[in-house]
Amino acid sequence: MRRSIPLAICLIMGIVMMVQFFVPHPISVGFYDLTTKWIRIVSAFALVLGVGSLILYHLDRLQRRRAGWVYSIVTLVALVVTAVIGLVWGVKPGSPLQEVIFKNMLVPLNASMFAILAFYMASAAYRAFRARTKEAALLLIAAFIVMLGMVPVGAAIWGKLPEVAEWILSVPNMAAKRAIVFGVALGAIATSLKVILGIERGWLGGGK
Amino acid sequence: MSSTVVLLWLVLSTVAPPVPFVQDTPNDAGKSITIRWQLAPELTPDFVLLRRSCERESTQVVATLGAGDNGYIDENVCDGVRYSYQLGVVLGADTVWGEPSQWVVSKPQWFNWARLNILIAMILFFALVIYFIEHAKAGRHLFVRRIAGLDAVEEAVGRATEMGKPIVYVPGLGSVADIATIASLNILGEVAKKTAQYDSALLVPNRDPIVYTVAREVVKEAYTRAGRPDAFKPDNIFYVTSEQFAYAAAVDGLMVREKPATNFFLGTFWAESLILAETGATTGAIQIAGTDSVFQLPFFITACDYTLIGEELYAASAYLSREPLLLGSLKGQDMGKLVILVVIVLGSALLLLSALPGLKFFQEVSNFFNVSGINLTGTGLPLG
Repeated sequence: MRRSIPLAICLIMGIVMMVQFFVPHPISVGFYDLTTKWIRIVSAFALVLGVGSLILYHLDRLQRRRAGWVYSIVTLVALVVTAVIGLVWGVKPGSPLQEVIFKNMLVPLNASMFAILAFYMASAAYRAFRARTKEAALLLIAAFIVMLGMVPVGAAIWGKLPEVAEWILSVPNMAAKRAIVFGVALGAIATSLKVILGIERGWLGGGK
Repeated sequence: MSSTVVLLWLVLSTVAPPVPFVQDTPNDAGKSITIRWQLAPELTPDFVLLRRSCERESTQVVATLGAGDNGYIDENVCDGVRYSYQLGVVLGADTVWGEPSQWVVSKPQWFNWARLNILIAMILFFALVIYFIEHAKAGRHLFVRRIAGLDAVEEAVGRATEMGKPIVYVPGLGSVADIATIASLNILGEVAKKTAQYDSALLVPNRDPIVYTVAREVVKEAYTRAGRPDAFKPDNIFYVTSEQFAYAAAVDGLMVREKPATNFFLGTFWAESLILAETGATTGAIQIAGTDSVFQLPFFITACDYTLIGEELYAASAYLSREPLLLGSLKGQDMGKLVILVVIVLGSALLLLSALPGLKFFQEVSNFFNVSGINLTGTGLPLG
């Protein structure tokens, strides 16, 4: 019963949504809109489970004084403070939640994390471009040509270099990309079919 | 003065606007009429489009169009009401009206014929997958090529046991509606089964609350099936945050603190992929990654020991479990790719042939393969 009802819902809804894709009638469009609204509502309820897990996890870390337990205090305090500010002063533009927490704390923190990416890219590139194998050497040469072709100095060295760089990007690179995308698309369809038919049951927590 | 009037009358009589061709917009939800007209080469002025309603006995100018326009989609009509359209040429302060069109009625359709090719392809692909599933059910052997990243799973879990360190499994940042996340959760089940057998710690930080709930059930089920329900620790599967970079920072912190022996990054990833993979690499862990995002794959290939490229991620659950039903669908997928390859070659040949004079028919055949089912026409946009 615990499995058969979700499987039946999945099968029916899967087939209905497939049919819906081919039916442009307002009834079909209306049904699709209603379904997406339902998904949003169900997702909102699931957040309660997530917040519950977060609180329990950090309380456990505090109780057991695990490594980095001080950060658990920061997390729990931030959770409570943000929720209180949001509930008392609202979430509209100009509210403390928007001005203080979002604009002056969350946005700079996110920007900092994103900026770190540049350093990680440099270190990853260093590792990738060590020509230890034939493939790595090929990657190094291709990357060197592309990077040089994208900057003015490349064109100054040789006028045709930007065209060569563009060709590398739009022909061999695009061919490989499209091959991956074809595989991904077919894989996604096959996985969807397996889920709809109940062959793939991982999303139910596995088992038969 | 009189000569000017005569001249104007002569000009107006030679620029009679065309009779518009009207039809109910095909393959739509109704409330839309498509109007087209053939322009005479000598006509260069602006047009006005007049709509006449039969039932309501009203006339209304619905659009002013430029000389280059030869069509318009009127999306401000009612279904079941008869309409007629008339074009007028604007010449200074005067408007010359052409003949009105036939009456037309808008109505919603029950089938989008522009998506017929998608339906045929879908039926063909489903038939292939189901055929090979039945093939596998019959007990016939199906060959599946080696996937190094998946062969390394056993070794990676064993290494964690030897070192006495945990395994970090990141199921991506996607929702449970993402196919890559579903594939990742299937792999998680297999990995959890192995960690239960080897008695290793498995940490699963989650970004999505629904994925967290499912992941916890998957791991619990895997431990039960491995005969080790007592070894399952629900606290090891936890929700972190829905914020992309906050999640990345939390997982980075977890990897730096716990120094895991193995990291799995499988699922949907965005800009944080390299932040996670590079941090994991600095801790000295074996890393197995996989995603269906072509933009994140280069980062994973660079920073991880093994990478499942695109569809390999979807194939993983079949590969690891060796279940005939799953292997059958995998073969169906491969056959589907073969069909696509044949269609590409055939389509290219048809396009080449259609370039020859007298063989234009092949252009029509190759047009059938165009995915034109998605209606991109906006409200009242002229069809230029």
